[in-house]
Amino acid sequence: MAAKFQGVDFYGVDGVLSEEERAVRDTVRAWVDDNLLPIIGEHYVQGKFPKQLIPGMAELGLFGANLPEQYGCAGLNNVAYGLIMQELERGDSGVRSFASVQGALVMYPVFAFGSDEQKKRWLPEMASGKVIGCFGLTEPDYGSNPGGMITVAKETKDGWVLNGAKMWITNGSTAQVAVIWAKTGALEDQNSIRGFLVPTDAKGFSAKDQKGKLSLRASDTSELVLQDVRVPKDAILPKSAGLKSPLMCLTQARYGIAWGAVGAAMACYDEAVSYSKNRVMFGKPIGGFQLQQARLAEMLTEITKAQLLCLQLGRLKDAGTMTPQQVSLAKRNNVSIATDVARETRRLLGANGILAEYQAMRHLANLESVYTYEGTHDIHTLVLGQEITGINAFN
Amino acid sequence: MRNAALRIAVCIKRVADSETRVRIAADGRSLDEAGVKFILNPYDEFAVEEALQRKEKAGAGEVVVLALGGPAAQETIRTALAMGADRGILLQTDRVPADGLETAKALAAELKAGGPWDLVLFGKIAIDDYNHQVGPMVAELLDLPCVTAAAHLDLADGNGTAEREIEGGVEVVEFPLPAVITADKGLNEPRYPALKGIMAAKKKPLEVKPISPGAGGVEVLAMTPPPERKEGRIVGEGAGAVPELLRILREEAKVL
Amino acid sequence: MSAVLAVTEQRGGALRKVSHEVVTGARRLADQLGATVDALVLGAGPVSGSDRLGAFGADKVVTLTGAGLGAYAPEGYARAIADRVKAGGYAAVLFAASATGKDLAPRVAAKLSVGLAADVTDVAAEGGAVIASRPVYAGKAILKVKLTGQPALVSLRPNVFTPVERPKAGAAEMAAVSVAPGRVTVKDVKAATGSLDVGEAPVVISGGRGLKEPANFKLLEDLAKAFGGRAAVGASRAVVDAGWRPHADQVGQTGKTVSPTLYIAVGISGAIQHLAGMRTSKVIVAINKDKDAPIFKVADYGVVGDLFEIVPRLSEEIAKLHA
Repeated sequence: MAAKFQGVDFYGVDGVLSEEERAVRDTVRAWVDDNLLPIIGEHYVQGKFPKQLIPGMAELGLFGANLPEQYGCAGLNNVAYGLIMQELERGDSGVRSFASVQGALVMYPVFAFGSDEQKKRWLPEMASGKVIGCFGLTEPDYGSNPGGMITVAKETKDGWVLNGAKMWITNGSTAQVAVIWAKTGALEDQNSIRGFLVPTDAKGFSAKDQKGKLSLRASDTSELVLQDVRVPKDAILPKSAGLKSPLMCLTQARYGIAWGAVGAAMACYDEAVSYSKNRVMFGKPIGGFQLQQARLAEMLTEITKAQLLCLQLGRLKDAGTMTPQQVSLAKRNNVSIATDVARETRRLLGANGILAEYQAMRHLANLESVYTYEGTHDIHTLVLGQEITGINAFN
Repeated sequence: MRNAALRIAVCIKRVADSETRVRIAADGRSLDEAGVKFILNPYDEFAVEEALQRKEKAGAGEVVVLALGGPAAQETIRTALAMGADRGILLQTDRVPADGLETAKALAAELKAGGPWDLVLFGKIAIDDYNHQVGPMVAELLDLPCVTAAAHLDLADGNGTAEREIEGGVEVVEFPLPAVITADKGLNEPRYPALKGIMAAKKKPLEVKPISPGAGGVEVLAMTPPPERKEGRIVGEGAGAVPELLRILREEAKVL
Repeated sequence: MSAVLAVTEQRGGALRKVSHEVVTGARRLADQLGATVDALVLGAGPVSGSDRLGAFGADKVVTLTGAGLGAYAPEGYARAIADRVKAGGYAAVLFAASATGKDLAPRVAAKLSVGLAADVTDVAAEGGAVIASRPVYAGKAILKVKLTGQPALVSLRPNVFTPVERPKAGAAEMAAVSVAPGRVTVKDVKAATGSLDVGEAPVVISGGRGLKEPANFKLLEDLAKAFGGRAAVGASRAVVDAGWRPHADQVGQTGKTVSPTLYIAVGISGAIQHLAGMRTSKVIVAINKDKDAPIFKVADYGVVGDLFEIVPRLSEEIAKLHA
């Protein structure tokens, strides 16, 4: 049975965390060791999301953990929220994606753009895991350019009718409610984008899992099709206003992902260190050979840098001064180094590294999705480029 | 189960995580705490969980957590508060006695002052010192019935039945309430401190009382690494190596 | 001249083997202190096996009888022992750190208001004082302590103080005591399926995940049988948590700490928590298909290969030895 994860903390970040932040991290760490790690290899190979973990995650309070207590949420600060994502992704990126979607892409828009009735109606049930949601922004032809979306919502006498399709939607097939972003005006008008809470059992709404994924296999990724889906007037998120709104949600999710990637990197590094000490070849542990030591030193260095980025980013978010560009830098860097750490771990593990009973290759495959979603690596590069130079190089 | 409010005390300890690499401090008598992770003693988790479940079943009552230790033990108390205990008391001293009886005396005095209790719970052992004694000693000092290493507990009006593992079987024990019980693995499944609980713990009362335990009757002379086992060897591969293994066990190790 | 009191243990009117270890330990200590050894037996009446205690070093065997003392009665036993000790003349009182001993010794210590060194692996006299060594931190360190109270109370880890017989018989003394059995009563002992307890067996064969399925533990049970009743089958935490084996069989930190003469680890990788439970075994043999498994670092002897071939062969050969 795997030993309990001891963490990676070369620069003593633990000492800078508050007691609550450490306690939150420790609880999720223990839960992941006990509940997720023993089953994730199997679920990944089978391509099944471990649904049975949802009640446990809800009981711990993992959904929307940084939203206020009055809605049944834990009311944690953002560093604690980040640590939750870190520990979940140390388990598996797909499971962390589930929590990211539920918290940052479903509960957050309800909280930020919803009416008081909507908040009271949905947030507590989403926090308790009774209602699972999904975030419908990306479309088959509009990924990096969400503003080009062609899903539309036309106002009717007693509500709205929605038409369109969304793709690559995490939780799509398990969700009871979908946060659908659609244009209420002309297709050229990004400002007409609004958010709608669409029950997934509405007539005309269908969700189908996308098959043949070689990454994020322990996660449900679906296509959504909306064909004359009618919703009442109060389905609209009244404070949503233009492309800015879904982008704000993405900023929340990306923040969590910057931490999550560090978790995946830590898991891989830990596996690499353990293996390098136990695997003996040519008469000594492979950790005694220079090439492996170089790999490990590189991993530790990048993880340490990424941890410090996260910590400061969290403090900025708690202070209310964090900018989306700062999040872009962290997401871009941390996911990139995590893919490197995962790949190098996979290589260090030799033949064993291709087996599901080791973590590296699963993380490696998962992280390729994390590299691409929530703003691809290249998109974040351009976000930073524009921030630095003031010149838009997107088109 | 009575419907009256239950007053339950749980005594807990802050201990070094067993995964810790043990390094001996410069004084040659104690653990070098640098880089050591401290946790709530795992057997105490069963005790806290039992208290919480009993209080929840009764519908009303109070679960009070006591610890004896340095200032850092407040964090350990808060872990129990995060699980759901109502308030905590730290008997603060920098010198945790080597003599379990001294610890027992301090806890018993505090329990006496804060009583009466319907139930006093402990973990059966602490995973740092493996002393196995503070729980029953406290019971003795408070003149309360005591069952140690309970893996199963049934409580009814004024009486209880416990099951404990003994060599080759399970002992079924009956006792009157109030009583002191020390918890063994299997008593229950301890809950994780929910994140809301962690936030709520900050607001729960935690009293810190400085104490000065006596010197006691156990003096630590030294702490040393365990005797080195002689380096082992692989005798052979596959079923074919069995005769050689047996020969070695017979002639070299002399255990057959 | 002072004496060392060795508290024995009986069940169903017969002394348990661990009592020989306690008397042996008491004899060693007494020799160093220049003291005699009183072996203490408690029961409803005479307890069988008491006459053998002299052979293990008891100068005197004292049997205390009382109506409620037939089965272990925590309060009654504690009172009876404390009263005997208070009558005077004891430099030390030794218990077995068995399930009963771990329950009983602290109660006696509190009644006498003295310290207790529990679960020790060594006890000796240095300069007239009783010194004990005990494993701490999951066996990763040994604590050496001096008991400064009078008498010194010590409980001995089972399977460490190998009984030593001498050609000697002790004097016998029987006394009836009127102690109330107390408020805590043992109502019943639900016996396990007749097999030897892992904490007491001289040979322990433990299985882990490498066995692949619960049914495959039959291989280990067969091997245990081949040892002719001297072996018990233990389990790693992984297979206990998976529900394959009962918790009573678990060897390791949250299970039992065992110290058999021969420990055979089959299909167990050697996680640190498991090692904590068996590292004081006299001889450790490991059987595992992975030659880099950590268990081989702790084992004295290892066989690398398929346990499904090795274990049956081992059973065959061991059975031949005992035939």
